[in-house]
Amino acid sequence: MVHIPQEKHTSLILSVDGVTKSFDGFKAVNDLSFYLSEGELRTVIGPNGAGKSTFMDLITARTKPDEGKIVFHKENGEDVDLTKVREHKVSQLGIGRKFQNPTVYRSHTVYDNLKLSLSGKRGLLHSLFYKESTDDRDKIYHVLDTVRLSDHVNDLAGSLSHGQKQWLEIGMLLAQDPKIMLVDEPAAGMSDEETERTGELLISLEGKHSLIVIEHDMEFVRQIARRVTVLHQGQVLKEGDFDFVKSDPQVIEVYLGRQTRKH
Amino acid sequence: MNVFDSKIEFRGFIVAVVVLLFAIPMMNAFFFEGSFFHISSFQLSLWGKYVTYAVLAMSLNVLWGYTGMLCLCQSLFFALGAYAFGMYLVLHIGIDDVYNTPLPVFMDFQGYTELPWYWAPFEYAPFAVLASLAVPGLVAFIFGALVFRSRIKGVYFSIITQALTYALMLFFFKNNLELFGQSYILFGGNNGLNDFKEIFGANINSEATQRWLFIASVILMLSVYLLIAWVLKTKFGKVQQAIRDSENRIRFSGYSTTTYKMLIFTACAMIAGAAGALYVPQVGGINANEMTPAKSLDVVVWVAFGGRGTKFGPILGAVVVSLLKSYFLRAYPDSWLIILGLLFIFTVLFMPNGLIGLPKQLKPLIDRMRGKKAILPEEASTSSVS
Repeated sequence: MVHIPQEKHTSLILSVDGVTKSFDGFKAVNDLSFYLSEGELRTVIGPNGAGKSTFMDLITARTKPDEGKIVFHKENGEDVDLTKVREHKVSQLGIGRKFQNPTVYRSHTVYDNLKLSLSGKRGLLHSLFYKESTDDRDKIYHVLDTVRLSDHVNDLAGSLSHGQKQWLEIGMLLAQDPKIMLVDEPAAGMSDEETERTGELLISLEGKHSLIVIEHDMEFVRQIARRVTVLHQGQVLKEGDFDFVKSDPQVIEVYLGRQTRKH
Repeated sequence: MNVFDSKIEFRGFIVAVVVLLFAIPMMNAFFFEGSFFHISSFQLSLWGKYVTYAVLAMSLNVLWGYTGMLCLCQSLFFALGAYAFGMYLVLHIGIDDVYNTPLPVFMDFQGYTELPWYWAPFEYAPFAVLASLAVPGLVAFIFGALVFRSRIKGVYFSIITQALTYALMLFFFKNNLELFGQSYILFGGNNGLNDFKEIFGANINSEATQRWLFIASVILMLSVYLLIAWVLKTKFGKVQQAIRDSENRIRFSGYSTTTYKMLIFTACAMIAGAAGALYVPQVGGINANEMTPAKSLDVVVWVAFGGRGTKFGPILGAVVVSLLKSYFLRAYPDSWLIILGLLFIFTVLFMPNGLIGLPKQLKPLIDRMRGKKAILPEEASTSSVS
C-alpha cells in the first residue's frame, strides 16, 4: 500500500519509499512509505513501538535502512539520497531534529545555544576565528522572539524550566533555518498552557518550514493537526485529517482506544 | 581580544608571570645559600617538575573538564614526549667511563656497535624536540581516528584509553622487539633512559641549566594557560563544551564531533608530550613506570581535586596533591596510596567542584551562619518593641 500525497499541486520535499529497518530480526519499520509536501505540517501518531523514533532516525541518517529509499528534494530540483549522507551533513542539507527529551547545552547561555545552532560553516578553523556579525545577532534575537525566550537571553540553558528548554530547542532548530523540522514529542512534560503555546508556535511555522511532529498527547494533536499519519507496527496504518483518523475503527483499535481506556 | 574572564584573573596572571618567571629564578641565582631569600636548586627543579605536572593536568582538563572525555592515558602521552626527548639526552652522554662505548649502555649490553636507523635522528636536538610533540600527537591522532569514528565514548572511551597505556607500557618494558625474524632494540627496557650529562651542549646538572629548564616549564605552562583561555572564548570552545553537554544535539546541529574530538585529543596529547619533554631533564630519567595506568589516574585525581572544568583548578590540584605526596611519602611512606584514595573519594563525594569551587560551595553555609548572627539582634529588638 503506497500513500501518494493527495495534494498534487504542491511539490514534495521528502519521500520515503518502501523503507524497512530491522533490529535483530524485529522489524521496527516495515515497508514504510511516506511523503511530505513543502511547507506542510504533518503530525505522526502511533502507539509505543510503532516505529516513530526509528522513522526519525532513518530520516536523519542516524540509522541506515535495510531496504528502500529516502530522498530529500532540494529547492533547486536536485534529489539527495539521505541513506548515503553522513549524520552531521544532514543538518547542513536543511533537516533539523528536536529530540524527545529536551537537549540543550546546559552550561551555555540561551544566547550561545542559539549562536552555535545558526546556519553557516561548521569547520574547525571557522569556529576558532569566528566573529559575530550584526546579522547573526539580529537573527538570534528574532528567533528568541519567536520562541518567547527574549527575557532569558543570558540565562544558562540548564536553569530553564522544562517547557522553556523545549522551546529553546525548537529555537535552535529555527536558527539552523531548516527546510524540514522533525519535532519529537514537543509537548511531553509540559503544562496545559505551555502545551497550547507550543501548538501556536508550531502552527506559526507552517508554510515557512515543513514540519513532522511526533506526538502522543491527543489534545495537542487536535490543536495542531492538519494531516495525520498513524503508524502501527512499522507501517502507515492510516493517513488523513484528524477527524477522519480519529473515527477510523482500526486506529481506535490500535491506539486511541488504548488511550481512552488508560485515562 | 581579551582572553581573561575578569580583572582578578588578569592580575593573577601578571603576578604569576612576575613571580614564577623572574622572582623565583632570581632568588635562586642571586641570593647566597643560607640567605632567607635563597631558593635552592633542589627546590627549584622540584617545582619545575610540579609545573610540568600542572601542564599535564591542564591537558587532561581540556579533555575531561571541557570536552567530557575522561582520558585515562594522559600520562602515556607525557611519557612519550619524555621518551622522545630522553632519546636525545641519552645519545649525548658521551663515552661511558666503565664500558667505554659511545652508545647508550643498554645498546652496548645487547652487542650493538652502531646506532639503529630509527634512533639516529634523535641525535639532533630540533628533531627530538619536534618528536616529543609529534609522537604523542601521532599516537593520539591514529588512536582517536579509530575510537571516535566508531563512536566510542563515555566509560568505554576511558577503558580503551587505559588499555592503550597498559599495552604501550608492556611494549616499553621490553628490551627488544622481534619482528619478522629481525630484532629491534627498543628504549632501554626496565631501566628506561637516564644518567644524562648534557643538554644542548650544556651540563644538564648545573644550576644554570636547571634554572633555565624551570623557566622553560613556566613559559610552557603560561602559554598553555593563555591558549586554553583563548580557545574557551571562541566558538570552538563553545562547541567543545556543547560536545560535553550533549554530543547528539551538536552533531545534529551539523558539527562533525568526530573531527572536533580528534583535533582536541591530538592537541592535548601534544601538550602533555611537551610537558614530558621538559620533565625528563629536570628529573633525570624516564622509564616505562610512567606509563602504568595508575600514573594516568593520578592526573585524574589532580584535576578532580583542583577543580575540573576550571582554568586554574588543574594547576592547583597538580601542585597541592604533589606537595601532599612528597610530604606523606617522607612522613608515612606506606600510607600514601590510602591517603590518595581517600582524597579522591572525599573529592567525589563532597567537593564536586574541587578546591576551586570550595568557596562558592561553602558560601551558603557561611551566609547562613552570618545570617543567623545578623538576624538575632534584630529579632531581639522587634520582640522588645512588641
